[in-house]
This record gives sequence, structure tokens and C-alpha cells, in this order.
Amino acid sequence: MERYQHQQQYRQLAAMRRALFDQGYLDDQFIQLEELQDDANPNFVEEVVTLFYRESTRSIQNIEHALETTPYDFVKLDNYMHQFRGSSSSIGAKKVRYECTQFRDYCKARNAEGCRRSFHQLKREYSTLRKKLEAYFQFARQTGPSETACRSK
Amino acid sequence: MNLGGGQLVKSMAVPSSSASWKSGGDGVSDQFPAGLRVLVVDDDPTCLRILEKMLKNCLYEVTKCNRAEIALKLLRDNRNGYDIVISDVHMPDMDGFKLLEQVGLEMDLPVIMMSADDSKNVVMKGVTHGACDYLIKPVRIEALKNIWQHVVRKRKHEWKEKDYEQSGSVEDGERQQKPNEDVDYSSSANEGNWKNSKKRKDDEEDQEEKDDSSTLKKPRVVWSVELHQQFVAAVNQLGIDKAVPKKILELMNVPGLTRENVASHLQKYRLYLRRVSGVSQHQNGLNNSFMGTPDATFGSMSSINGLDFQALAATGQIPAQSLASLQAAAIGRPTSKPTISMPVVDQRNLFSFEPHKLRFGEGQQQLNGSTKQISLLHGIPTNMEPKQLASLNQSAQTFGGINMQVSSQASQGNTLLMQMTQPMSRAPMLNENNASQISRLPSSVGQAILSNGIPSGVLGRNGIVDSVRGPVYTPVSQTSSLVDFSVSNSAELPGSTFPHASNSGISSLTPKGMMQEEVNSEGKGSRGFPSSYDIFSELQQHKTQDWGLQNVGSTFDGTQHSSIQGSLEGGQNNPPNFGQQFSSYMVDNSLRIKSERHPDANCQTNLFPQQFGQDDLMSALLKQEGIGSVESDFGFDGYALDL
Repeated sequence: MERYQHQQQYRQLAAMRRALFDQGYLDDQFIQLEELQDDANPNFVEEVVTLFYRESTRSIQNIEHALETTPYDFVKLDNYMHQFRGSSSSIGAKKVRYECTQFRDYCKARNAEGCRRSFHQLKREYSTLRKKLEAYFQFARQTGPSETACRSK
Repeated sequence: MNLGGGQLVKSMAVPSSSASWKSGGDGVSDQFPAGLRVLVVDDDPTCLRILEKMLKNCLYEVTKCNRAEIALKLLRDNRNGYDIVISDVHMPDMDGFKLLEQVGLEMDLPVIMMSADDSKNVVMKGVTHGACDYLIKPVRIEALKNIWQHVVRKRKHEWKEKDYEQSGSVEDGERQQKPNEDVDYSSSANEGNWKNSKKRKDDEEDQEEKDDSSTLKKPRVVWSVELHQQFVAAVNQLGIDKAVPKKILELMNVPGLTRENVASHLQKYRLYLRRVSGVSQHQNGLNNSFMGTPDATFGSMSSINGLDFQALAATGQIPAQSLASLQAAAIGRPTSKPTISMPVVDQRNLFSFEPHKLRFGEGQQQLNGSTKQISLLHGIPTNMEPKQLASLNQSAQTFGGINMQVSSQASQGNTLLMQMTQPMSRAPMLNENNASQISRLPSSVGQAILSNGIPSGVLGRNGIVDSVRGPVYTPVSQTSSLVDFSVSNSAELPGSTFPHASNSGISSLTPKGMMQEEVNSEGKGSRGFPSSYDIFSELQQHKTQDWGLQNVGSTFDGTQHSSIQGSLEGGQNNPPNFGQQFSSYMVDNSLRIKSERHPDANCQTNLFPQQFGQDDLMSALLKQEGIGSVESDFGFDGYALDL
């Protein structure tokens, strides 16, 4: 029974994971992180993602603040977003990265309205991803770290 | 195992494995590359953590830090404690390129740049600043697995440099070409003399160096700017022909400096000079010198830079001499005679690409290009100096690549170079930057080109430059990317002083060398070279915008002459316009050069950019030769200065 439940959970977890990829939230870079996880660092992926959250929160705050002062300093905004884009790409946050690129395009075009809209969209994507990942990791912990956290393919 | 101890934040992947890897050890342990000591710098903690883990998984010994200043401190405190540095480009406290330059200058370690930005101009920047590799983020572990090759390559290169004099051939392709070039280009007896004298010196040094070569790894002497200046002063005082390590050492009177240090530094310096002055017109030579791999882009580049060249070449009207003189002028050898005995044919070959239609607005652009080139050449020597030593290894290594890349990547790159040289003219040529960059470039170029000491190569470039009809300094904008490089480096290069020193040194040196002879030997086409030559050198050193134009006009003969003059006049009359012109071109070319980077006062530093340009031009030219339609390759657009 337990084993069956565990297997069920594992399958569920695997499905959750697959969905993240299929729906475009994550890309191959996330797999790179998973591959780095090992016995010595059993929670590597989650650790890195947590670092990402921290950085992202800061970036978002910076951008928000910068968007409050007019006229917009597009160079500064672009720089913030460049950072954000870099870290989101490093964990494989595909949609978030896409939104970052959009935002930067608007910055380059000095399109204030476009920046605002794009930023709004970015925040939504970020928030969605974060929720999904948190759910995923939580479920992974429940299911069993050794089996699910590592190298789930 | 003792990895140089005291390293901060060091995470040992596999302690036992690192023991076998010694920094600077001549042999690689069986477990190599395990234990490779990597310093990774990135302000993004997410990326930093990931990189650390990846590197550890590669069995490297990783030290991470999130600030460039901390990284520099670590490197300085543990001089031989690291084998390679990986750094992000965009960092808040210090620009990654700046760090790159510093590391190259002070520690001479291979540096890999990383960025999420994969735009050509940024990658180009990495190249010109001497990065041995450029990784696009997000970085994959596969990309990191092979970084050890850069360490090995660098070491190997350093060792080879020692053998250089003896064998006459170096690892780099361009160097190997030298012998060929020498053979091919034998237009001047003087040149032969120069070569002989050089050989003599080399032999001398070979003797001295042989003893040293056995020790592969010696404690590194950091050739700071001051030290290098002292060195150059000593060399100038002795005269390049008579400058032997022993005497130089005596003159310098620096405690702790050994004859060996001086000898190897002198060797590099000579290469640098050769490169600057001895660009061979000869196709082979040029090709060789330019890393021997003409790239299509090169052609396009040349088209940009050497628009005029091509036109000139195509018409076959550009006398080698004029080109030579241009080069000479560019090189700023005041003493050298305007006539450069470069075989006309060769030159023509160079520019045979055919009338590359001046892409840039004709006149002005061309002029810019030409002037730039000239200045580049001139600048090269200067730039070389400060960084020469430090980055020679690096640059030699990377330069070749860079040059190639420059040419291939861009015609843009070339143009950039060209533009870089412009610094004099309002162009923002970041002298500083250029210097740093140029130092890189010249080193490799010099190596390649020097072989024959034929200024033709250089001349060719100059020539081409001159031929640029347009007074436009488009290169300026184009060189933005180049400029960028320099700018970042400017900090590093004590800069202005160097150029002077180097210029003077070069002037005295080069004329002695081939340039002079060659110049003298060919009377043809030297129309006004002498004057232009002087002007160039003078301009390079002092004038900003004017020099380029003026020189061009005067030196150019015939066909271009009129056009050049036109441009010159424009330039002469409105020096201030240059800047404007530049800016307009910049826009046109979509190259944005930060013109304001270098104050006009820094003429000297301008040289650097020039050098850069020249090299690029050369490579571009070379490329062009190989490539029929350069135009298509011309891709200026890419380089926007993001400085």
C-alpha cells in the first residue's frame, strides 16, 4: 500500500514536473540544475531556486521603484532587467526570461507604456512560476527526497 | 596539497585531486584537469552558486566571489594561486572587461568572460580585451568542462615565446608566417639589414635565454606601466639596434629585475614593434600576420576601413608607396622617409578586393577609415607598451584570435579599429581603452606582420586608409566597439605617458628598422609622404582630428588625392567638424563610438586606438583579398557601443 502510494505520488510528481516543461515555464537549464544535484547536495535545485527568488524580489523592487520616477531612466531599467533576465535564465525560467526580454525591448525603444505593461506581465509570470515551483518542491519533499528530488527525468 | 593557501571561499571539490595540479607546473598531473584552480566572479548569487557547483562537478577547485574588487584582491594576494578566472561582464562595482584587463595586465591569467548578452559587439569586446573565451549565459556544464584548455594553451604559449627567437616560428600561425614573409618580401636591402640586425639580437638573446628556458615557470615579473616606461626609455636610449638585455637592465637599474626578465620583455617588445612597423604588404605576409586566416568578414571590414584601400587597390593606382607612406605616416615615424618600399603589387593585392565601394559615404568615411588606420598603426606601438608585456602572452594568444575575430567578426571590428585610431580627432577613441586593447591587438598583429618588417602591411593599411576619400571619420563610430574596449582599459593603462614613450621609441626604432629603409628606397608615389608621414606622427601625437585628414590628403596621390584633399580640406578647415562628422557617421554606421571618451589632450593614447585599427585594417585587408565581395560581409550594424 505504502509503496503503491509512494509510486503514485512519484508519478504525480513526475507529471507535475513534466507539465512545467510542457507548458513552457521551465526549459533545459532547469534540467542542468537537476543534474547537478547529488548526494552531497540533495537539495541543490531548491537551494538555487530560493536564491533566485531572493534576487528576483530585489530586482522587482528596484524596477518598481525606478518605474515610479518619471521620466524613466531606461538605461537603469534595462540594467536591472538584464540582471533579472540573467538569473531567470540560469534557473531555466523560460517564460519569465521571455518577459524580461520584452521589457528590455521596450526600454530600448524608450516606450514607457510598453515597459509598464511588460513589467506587469513579467510580475504575473514570475508569480505563477513561483507558485508552481513551490508546490512542486513541496510535493517532492513529501514524496521522498531521495527518489524524486534527484534526477527526476 | 598546497594550493597557494589562504584562498578565500575556496571550495574544494576533490582535495586529493588538486594536489596533483600545480600552478605553473611544467607538467600536468595525471589527474589534470582535476584540481584546476578557478576563480569565478559574478554578482548574481544564483549564477554564482550554479557555476560553483558545475565547476566542482568538473573536479575543479573553485573560489567564488561576487565582486570584482574582491576578486582582484584575491588574485593579488595569491599570485600563483589561481589558474583561470571566469568573470561576468555586467557587474555593479566594476565592469567585467576592466577586470579582464587588470587580470591580464597584472597576473596574466586566462580569463573567460560570461554574459547573457550575446550581441556581437559585446563578444567582440571580450575578444579585443583579451578574453580567452566568452560564454553565453546560461552556462552549461559542458562549456565549463573544457576551460582547462585555456590554461594549457596559455602556458604553452608562454613557453613558446621563449623559443620564438630561436626557431623563428611561434605557435601562432601568424608568427610562423614570418619566415615566409621575409622571403617574399625582399624589396629593401634595408629590410634585410633590419632583419639581420634583429637576428643578431635574437641570437644574442637566444644565448641568454637558453639558460632560462629550462625553467618553465619563473616568478612572474609584473611589467607595470612605470617599469615598462623605464624599459622603453632604456631601449630608446640605447637604440633599438643596440638594446641588449644587459644594457637595458643596467640602464633601468631596477633592483630585483633580472636580465632574463628584460630579455623576454624585450623580445615581446620587439615583436610588438615589428608588428607595428613591419606589416607586410605582401599578401602572404599580411595573411600571415593577420593570423593567417582571412575571414570573409575581414574583407568586409576592410571594406569599411579600407574602403579607400580597396578602391585604391582596385584601381591599382595606389602606389605601394603611397600606401607605405601612409603607413609610415600612420606609424608616426617622424624620421622615416615617406617612401616606403613596399611592392606596389603587393599592396594592390591587398586591396584587390575590389572597389569596395566605399560603403560609407565616400569621402568622409573613407578618410576616417584611413586616418584611423594610420593612426592605428601608429598607435599600436604605443599601446603595446604598457600592455605589451602583460598581455603579450595573452594577446599573442588571443590576439591572433582576436584579430581574426576582429576581421571576421567584423568588418565592424576593423572599422572599429580604424575608428579607434581616431581618438585623436574628436573621436572618443578611448585612448585608454584603445591602449589596452590595442596592446592586445598589436601584439598579435605585430607578431604576424613583423616577420618581414615590411611596413608594407602597415602601409598597405595606411595606404588604404589614406585612400579613403572621404574625410569622414566613420571609423570613429565604428570603432566604437573597439573604443569600448579601450575605454575600459583606459584605467589600466597609465596611458598617455606610454604612447609618448612608445611613440618616441617607436619612431626612433622603426625608422631605424625597416620603415625607414623602405621608405627611402621607394621613391615612387611618395608624394608628400614625408610630409604626411611627419604629419601623421605629429598628428598622432598631438593633433586630434586634423591629423588624420590632413595627412590623408597630402599623402594620397592621384586618384584619391583629390578626394582626399577634399576631405582633408574639410578636415583641416573644420577640425571641429570632425567630431560632428564622426557623429553623423556614427549614426550612419550604426556604430556608436563614445567620442567623448578621450580628451583630445590624450593624443598619445590615441595611438592605441590607431593601432587597433591598423591591425584590423590589415586583417580586413587580408581578408578582403581572400574574399571577393566584401560588402556583403560588412556588417557594421552590429557594433553599437554600449559603453
